[in-house]
Amino acid sequence: MSNVQIMTGNSAAAWGAKLCKVQVVSAYPITPSTSVTETIANWVERGELKAEYVRVESEHSVMTVCISASTVGARVFTSTSSHGLLYMHEQLHWAAGSRLPIVLACVNRGVGAPWSIFNDQQDSIAQRDTGWIQIYCRDNQEIIDTVIQAYRIAEQVYCPVMVCYDGFVLSHTMMPVEIPDAEAVCRFLPPYKPHTILSPEDPRNINPVIFPWQRRDAEGVLRDGYMDMRWKLQHALEGSRDVVVKTCRDYAELFGRDHGGMLWTYKTDDAEVLLAGMGSIATEATMAADLLREGGIRAGVVGIRVYRPFPREEVREAFRNIPAIVVFEKNISYGYEGALCADIKAALYGAGIQTPVHNYIAGLGGRDVKASELAEATRSSLAAIAAGKKEQQTWLNCVTE
Amino acid sequence: MEIKDDNISAMCRPAVGEAGKTGDWRDATPVIDHAKCIASVKNRPACYLCWLYCPEGIVKAGIPIEINLTYCKGCGICAEECPARAITMVMHEEAKK
Repeated sequence: MSNVQIMTGNSAAAWGAKLCKVQVVSAYPITPSTSVTETIANWVERGELKAEYVRVESEHSVMTVCISASTVGARVFTSTSSHGLLYMHEQLHWAAGSRLPIVLACVNRGVGAPWSIFNDQQDSIAQRDTGWIQIYCRDNQEIIDTVIQAYRIAEQVYCPVMVCYDGFVLSHTMMPVEIPDAEAVCRFLPPYKPHTILSPEDPRNINPVIFPWQRRDAEGVLRDGYMDMRWKLQHALEGSRDVVVKTCRDYAELFGRDHGGMLWTYKTDDAEVLLAGMGSIATEATMAADLLREGGIRAGVVGIRVYRPFPREEVREAFRNIPAIVVFEKNISYGYEGALCADIKAALYGAGIQTPVHNYIAGLGGRDVKASELAEATRSSLAAIAAGKKEQQTWLNCVTE
Repeated sequence: MEIKDDNISAMCRPAVGEAGKTGDWRDATPVIDHAKCIASVKNRPACYLCWLYCPEGIVKAGIPIEINLTYCKGCGICAEECPARAITMVMHEEAKK
């Protein structure tokens, strides 16, 4: 029998972690992620979840606790937002470089200055190059399902996974969520086996200084140089695409829900224009596509679900025969354009696709994004593309004069 | 067949000289005057501040004390800490030989 409850995105993330029987949780409260680990702390105190809840003084220490616990074989979880994530930045690199399957729920929020507690995706986009897998969710059901999938992906490829979802838009919005059966989750998710078993009988030096070149250690083993280690991480992330796709497929078989592997599509088959985005703005775009179709424009949507590793082949496939692409995103790579737009264009280049790509920066710091506005933006882009304008960057609903 | 690093993260078993023979980093070499060294003078385990402060752990606290020059980087902390001023840092000592 299915167990459907009305819950927030933050509850969904906490439930995901609970079903995965996480053993160590550490967190430092920050809006809008606070209630994720608050919920978990409650379960731990009441004895409903057998886990160590480690209280620390900062997010930097949070990730340090996660790294240590994961190194000795515990399944660990944390969540944070915005400045908390930025404060972790250094340790995010250490987690990925140490190849630890940590799962972090990033509740997306804008970054200061000036202060904002509201939603955009600048925080996680700014962590793009730390070596973490990044998955963006579009609703609360996808959050709980993705946290569960994230552990299987992470523990198979030995890379940490950031499950990202929009602050307030999802984190504090209640919707029906089916809670997967706990025993079925156990069948789906095998126990975590660390890549190296540590024991006092077989001590290791972890992450010692690595030199530019390969070098024989005191035992005569030829050890990797720094660059060879970095390649292993890149190779693992590139190879994780197949694991992501298979994990989604297996999950769908067991639980009946398929959120798309690397990306998802909506009414793309006959589309003359495709709207693209990540997270809740892509959900909003599906409503915009419906509005556009009512007005006679055959619009569809491509939602990028996994941003790192980037779905290079899937993007090429999705956009191959489309005359116009409009990318909506809640981040800006200052001095250039939206990060997603740049990555989509880079993927198309390799396939020789010359489609015009227009970029809309939208909803920064919680500014509302309405489906009708996305539809209107798409209409104006189609007119500009018809007039020969192949590239365009527009800040939606923003004073730019 | 050559044993290669199959670790996916950087690690190794703790061992002497794991970071290479760091003695060749050295410019200044510690030279001990055992006539001044407290342990040697008193002929019993004493002082050993050089052993305590050496960041490389390559001072042997014996009578007399010994410094393993294969790994000594020549930082000079032992000379700085020695209350008897029994250790002198000599520049390019090896080159002179």
